[in-house]
Amino acid sequence: MEFAELIKTPRVDGVVLHRPFMPIVEGTLCLTGHHLILSSRQDNTEELWLLHSNIDSIEKRFVGSLGSIIVKCKDLRVIQLDIPGMEECLNIASSIETLSTLDSVSLMYPFFYRPMFEVIEDGWNSFLPQDAFKDLESMTDEWRLSEVNKDFTVCPSYPPLVAVPKDVDDDTLRKVATFRHGGRFPVLSYYHKKNGMVMMRAGQPLTGTNGRRCKEDEKLINATLRPGKRGYIIDTRTISVAQQAKARGGGFESEANYPQWRRIHKAIERSNVLQESLIKLVEACNDQSHNMDRWLSKLEASSWQTNVKEILTTACLAAQCIDREGASVLVHGTEGADSTLQVTSLAQIILDPACRTIKGFQGLVEREWLQAGHPFQQRCAQSAYSNTKPRQEAPVFLLFLDCVWQILRQFPCSFEFSESFLVLLFEHAYASQFGTFLGNSAAERAKLSLPEKTVSLWSWVNRPQELERLTNPLYEANSLVIWPSVAPQSLLLWEGVFLRWNRSSKCLDEAYEEMVHIIEYNKELQNKVNTLRRQLAQLETEDPLLHTP
Amino acid sequence: MEHIRTPKVEQVRLLDRSAGQRKASVGTLYLSATHTIFVENNPETRRETWVLHSMVSSVERPPSTPTGSQLILRCKDFRVFHIFIPQERDSVDVHASLVRLSRPEKYSELYCLSFNPNVNKEEREESWNFTDLTADYKRMGVPNNLWVATAANSEYRVCDTYPSELFVPKSATPAIIVGSSRFRSRGRFPALSYFHQDTLAAVCRCSQPLSGFSGRSQEDEMMLQAVMKSNPGSDYIYVVDTRPKLNAMANRAAGKGYENEDHYTNIKLQFIGIENIHVMRSSQQKIIDVGEMRAPSMTDFLWGLENSGWLKHIKAVLDAGVFIARAVADEGISVLVHCSDGWDRTAQACSVASILLDPYYRTIKGLMALIEKDWVSFGHKFSHRYAHLDGDPKEVSPVIDQFLECVWQLSEQFPCAFEFNERFLIAIHTHVYSCQYGTFLGNCQKERRDMRLCERSHSVWPQLWKDRAEYANPLYKAELSQSQGVLRPNTTPYCFKMWKGLYNHVEKSTPPRQSPADFLAAVKEESQQLEEELTNHQEVPPGGPTHQQQGSRQEDSNPDGEANHMGEGGGSEEDD
Repeated sequence: MEFAELIKTPRVDGVVLHRPFMPIVEGTLCLTGHHLILSSRQDNTEELWLLHSNIDSIEKRFVGSLGSIIVKCKDLRVIQLDIPGMEECLNIASSIETLSTLDSVSLMYPFFYRPMFEVIEDGWNSFLPQDAFKDLESMTDEWRLSEVNKDFTVCPSYPPLVAVPKDVDDDTLRKVATFRHGGRFPVLSYYHKKNGMVMMRAGQPLTGTNGRRCKEDEKLINATLRPGKRGYIIDTRTISVAQQAKARGGGFESEANYPQWRRIHKAIERSNVLQESLIKLVEACNDQSHNMDRWLSKLEASSWQTNVKEILTTACLAAQCIDREGASVLVHGTEGADSTLQVTSLAQIILDPACRTIKGFQGLVEREWLQAGHPFQQRCAQSAYSNTKPRQEAPVFLLFLDCVWQILRQFPCSFEFSESFLVLLFEHAYASQFGTFLGNSAAERAKLSLPEKTVSLWSWVNRPQELERLTNPLYEANSLVIWPSVAPQSLLLWEGVFLRWNRSSKCLDEAYEEMVHIIEYNKELQNKVNTLRRQLAQLETEDPLLHTP
Repeated sequence: MEHIRTPKVEQVRLLDRSAGQRKASVGTLYLSATHTIFVENNPETRRETWVLHSMVSSVERPPSTPTGSQLILRCKDFRVFHIFIPQERDSVDVHASLVRLSRPEKYSELYCLSFNPNVNKEEREESWNFTDLTADYKRMGVPNNLWVATAANSEYRVCDTYPSELFVPKSATPAIIVGSSRFRSRGRFPALSYFHQDTLAAVCRCSQPLSGFSGRSQEDEMMLQAVMKSNPGSDYIYVVDTRPKLNAMANRAAGKGYENEDHYTNIKLQFIGIENIHVMRSSQQKIIDVGEMRAPSMTDFLWGLENSGWLKHIKAVLDAGVFIARAVADEGISVLVHCSDGWDRTAQACSVASILLDPYYRTIKGLMALIEKDWVSFGHKFSHRYAHLDGDPKEVSPVIDQFLECVWQLSEQFPCAFEFNERFLIAIHTHVYSCQYGTFLGNCQKERRDMRLCERSHSVWPQLWKDRAEYANPLYKAELSQSQGVLRPNTTPYCFKMWKGLYNHVEKSTPPRQSPADFLAAVKEESQQLEEELTNHQEVPPGGPTHQQQGSRQEDSNPDGEANHMGEGGGSEEDD
């Protein structure tokens, strides 16, 4: 195997592992092509299997001939390995460094992973666009599924099939694509069954400094408006950022050319700023000093909570336009693959109860993130502990999950899944044995033959034992629109991710189990009572004597 | 009634943002001797808003506008009412009346003494026996061969702000007690607050010594020695001075200060650094302002939170409790706690430590007993601190607010360890201020006795106990490890949150949010009904078939909860 030459020391004995909230383990450290394994060789439970791709950065420390490697993971965990022997330690460290930063996608673990479970339903086929479109067709005939992008030439980051207004033909779409950033012409994101209003998303219009216009573009988006009705364009950038974009060929829809649309600018940060925000937040959370002022000012300086608030506010605005104002909405930022998707997917969580189920949420992630061309591979290449200067990395998806968690916390009974599902998605977006989050677009995934060569995360999740673990015991289907509060007091730090390795969750876990127990016990009683009621009814019909008091 | 100039104003608009109102409702405003009452005109709802005068902390009258004049009523439970009155003359009258009514000058004007509910004498006297401190000390195993009751303070002879019944080390003779009390601020000599049966270590409390720069008292030194001797396993005690060291040093210039370790053998002095009542008062005002901010940005909010210093102070109080609990439970060392007078920070530190040490104090009845012990009986100055009467504003400070918040912060970390929910804490908070009951009136036991409060008013505890279903935490489970024994909270700054339930009424009530606790409480209630139905089904109808009878016999000894339930049901039957 070609990994062998990267592993100078495949095995070291007498290594001591320190992990948060777990007893220290001494055992043998093994390096394989994809894993760092530590086994005590006594008790299988005391094993560590860490994917190299989960390693964000490492630090080496030496005291005499005893070396220590501090391994900082993308899931924000920090572990320490004490390795006897300086040479062994250096070898291990350099192997980990190389193996955790392999550039070639096809060397990633998902291509080598063979499932140890029975695949009941192949996740690669669970959320096909044509199936989603069937649901839409049952509600409206105003949209069609276009194959204009079937070979990914019109828009490299779009999937082969996209929903567009019925009256707009493929030629028009091709023209519009040349007028939108990255060829991302406006497509349907969400249809609001209640009033027939829609949410579309796109890349920024390429108006440039001289105010270029595109009649086809205007026609396309106007085709979604009801006669006499106005729509809203939500630009996720501030007006000044949008103005600056003109100099680089971008821009925004002018009032003159889009008179039927009202444009609203919001202030969601661009991805490069978000990475900085994550790094600062994690740094603040890992600061163990007991100084309250320092904690609060670091939390503030990270701007993480501000980002959460800004994204949620924009999503609420989009949802409000659709549900309250009865207007259709077009959302875009610059590329239309980051902040745009945060807004369109969160708005659906607010508006559509189906997105709050486990299956529905998977469908949402699939539609609005994977197929919509969020560049997962670039964004999730590094996490908060990276020492290298961020290139394309940004916690765009993590922020989305954080926002979902905020809504979940405010409406704890309206989601079929629990917080652990969100944490799981965060982990797998950054490092996984599954192929779901590999690649940056549908085109790349097709080229890598992911469905053929890797296992889908959904295949694993959608098995009874996993589903049970991820199900929210408090769930009671709620068909209403849920309006989260975006007041700062209502938005909390997501402890389940950011403090997960810093404070013990034993008591909270116990509380969770107790909650499950209360609900299970109630169900059990209900069953017993129902059985008895039925028996009684039966006895009464069989034995008429029982009728007389 | 003499203070009410205008008992009724019509066409008044009231805006209660704390109830989630965005638009003012129109109605009639009434002033009674005890309440401001607003009745909506809307014939469908006729919603009534009642505000107790004693709950009003301030009445502002901003300059009038052409549409009328405005009054802003700020309450001690942090609710804010905006009242718009069409005629300026009316608003002047209402303002003047409210200012006077919300600042009673005599105890007799207070609600609990002026209002006579329809309850008989026996019931009222019974209500005062609801919490029994002697029983609580007995529960801790006191008196015993280490700690004994002393009659030294009967008739409040030695210390007039202490209770008459106190427990002291067995070896502390009356002479030592009296001598020690002369060497302590306001005569507050070391007395037992909590005895930890598992380790035989104790938490004692007192006020600062009158040591100045070089003063000493042999009796006081003997007293501390006696405290140490009452813990057979240890050869020293901790003296926890809950003040910042600088403050304690400054007190020496005034002939007060802290224990000189050269004079007291076998003590270890520890400063904790809880700020004084003035710092806390202004800090709380800042956090109230944070809660009241209209549409703040995240930066405004976090900066406001930091700038208020409030969570820092809450952390300091909790840290004090943690230090004491660790010393007692983990090291088995007794602790003597004091601040300046030993009735504010000392009460906080001792009661937080008790909550951490003893699961009983995490029950509904236990928290009542704890407040009765460390706060009411030990002379926390309720009437001064919570401005029951018009008095020195510099005496006012949210001391017990901070204790209640510490309990709330703990309940967030240990969701199954507390029998009560945050509503219970908020209800206690309200009644500390409301003066609806006599429990928190006055500043010490002697004052309450002199006022004959037991004869003239009612205790709040039976009332809260009656409503306990409302205050129950559905997740409470005494058998869980987190509920048993000593609580060891994490006090890293990120573990502290703003207590929205108390400080942020607006956000709390905007749209009806889902509360898992309420949901679980409802599920639990339903389960209880199902349990009842199950036993009913399984019970044999008279003359029923015999084969069923046998089946039901076996089930008879079934659920424990059922037995309790029958007991309550029995009570109501008698009423019939």
